[in-house]
Amino acid sequence: MTCTGRVLRVIYLGAEALVAEGEFLGYEAVFKLRLRKPYRVPELDREIIRRRTLTEARLLLALRELGVRVPAVLYVDPVEGLIVMEKVRGRTILSAASSLSRDELCSAMSKVGVELAKMHKGGVAHGDVTTANMVLTDSSDVYLVDLGLAKHAEDLEDLAVDVHLLIRVLESSHYAVKDEMFKCFLGGYREVLGEDLTRAILEKVREIRLRGRYVEERRLRSRTT
Amino acid sequence: MLVLGIESTAHTFGVGIVSDEPRILADARYNYVPKVGGIHPREAAESFISNAPRVLSEALRSAGISIESVDAVAVALGPGLGPCLRIGATVARVLAVYYSKPLVPVNHAVAHIEIGKMLTGARDPLVVYISGGNTVIAALYGGRYRVFGETLDIALGNFMDTLARELGIAPPYVVEGVHALDRCAEGGRYIEMPYVVKGQDTSYSGLLTAALRVYRSGARLEDVCFSAREVAYSSLVEVAERGLSQLGKREILLVGGVAASRYLVEKFEVMARYREVELYVTPPKYAVDNGVMIAWTGLLLYKHGVTVEPERAYVRQRWRLDSVDVYW
Repeated sequence: MTCTGRVLRVIYLGAEALVAEGEFLGYEAVFKLRLRKPYRVPELDREIIRRRTLTEARLLLALRELGVRVPAVLYVDPVEGLIVMEKVRGRTILSAASSLSRDELCSAMSKVGVELAKMHKGGVAHGDVTTANMVLTDSSDVYLVDLGLAKHAEDLEDLAVDVHLLIRVLESSHYAVKDEMFKCFLGGYREVLGEDLTRAILEKVREIRLRGRYVEERRLRSRTT
Repeated sequence: MLVLGIESTAHTFGVGIVSDEPRILADARYNYVPKVGGIHPREAAESFISNAPRVLSEALRSAGISIESVDAVAVALGPGLGPCLRIGATVARVLAVYYSKPLVPVNHAVAHIEIGKMLTGARDPLVVYISGGNTVIAALYGGRYRVFGETLDIALGNFMDTLARELGIAPPYVVEGVHALDRCAEGGRYIEMPYVVKGQDTSYSGLLTAALRVYRSGARLEDVCFSAREVAYSSLVEVAERGLSQLGKREILLVGGVAASRYLVEKFEVMARYREVELYVTPPKYAVDNGVMIAWTGLLLYKHGVTVEPERAYVRQRWRLDSVDVYW
């Protein structure tokens, strides 16, 4: 890289990218480098990396304009799969959840709801709504990070998939408090998005869930109709 | 302890007998092979009826035991095709009532996982369950196999079978352990196809449509097979990698019929190597449907006191993996 930045330490080797901290033009920065996947044919791999890097950078920019709490973009190189962005200080909700009080966790999830709703209002789907991608800052703000799978929503379904994913993550990684976390999320979400749109999205979520394999409700529904 | 297990969820009527050492004493199977198209549930069930007695006595004979010495009868009550499930359930209920044996209800998906764990020695794996009817990524948490990701529409095996059939290269779908799609992909080159990963979930129906459209507009058969396979397999490996990352598991276990594809296994090997996790693959013989996995899981359940009254042993076509309590 020819620009003036330096990587100080690798903080995270994710499923898709290597994330490192450092500084860039005097700012504290996060370097996200999408890694080549040797199990994919090179043409497919290059295309996925290029497309996801560009989309992520563009959407981060668009979301900042909409006032959504996401990191600011400092530099992009789609061929290398590199994005340099502002560092958000804090802990992920995945790692913080067990040490938060019920009220703190509820308040954090409600803020997740607010941020995701602002994003959805702007027509953007996050695409990877896991609790590892929600950062709770020291000043108790919530940032949504890792927009690697984000996209402009084509229809309500794309937005509903976000909510569906969240439910799934709560079921697998936070199963003991999943209902309460979701309720708190929904509070913030509904507040921004309004009753009608929220209800329409939740209906869509139900539809997506019923499309899954071997869903009990589907059997019950087919009996009653 | 000896447990006899009966499998009849789809195309296989199998009877297995295991002991708790653990040892496999018998593994008898009948496979329904459609002449054209896919599984016809009623035809499959009818063929199960005419073959069930033979398979059952073959299992007892090869184990060298009589039914009286069995401690419990286990049966896969779901998920699966209703007409097929009912044959296994009926045979199991009859055996349980006539010989006064406890009846153990087994979930077919849990059985795929448990036989995989028993045979490979995997202890706490991220499970990738891939078959004709299932594409599920799951892990054991808090007493249940929680579903981390799954297909949003059709299963990977269903995708492969349907594509192969529509391309005119199947049935038979699998010859000498190699799927028609893998076979026809030899020498293919990559052409662009839709690669869908939605968070932790995959989707194959759009890829199926796209692959057929590309083929019908004149692309070479081997290129279509190769590209569709690469996209389908790669998206599954990507989702599994996400699961490892989110759940922090150090082992991957492949179970289910599609785990027999060595091309898919190769992709998982590549990923497991650079992520420095252990990859376990269920041996192909037991990755496909069989009675042994039902017997083994039945044994684990029976040891924890799980039984069902024969008159209440209903089949459950949609018995989700994450609704089953796992006590071990």
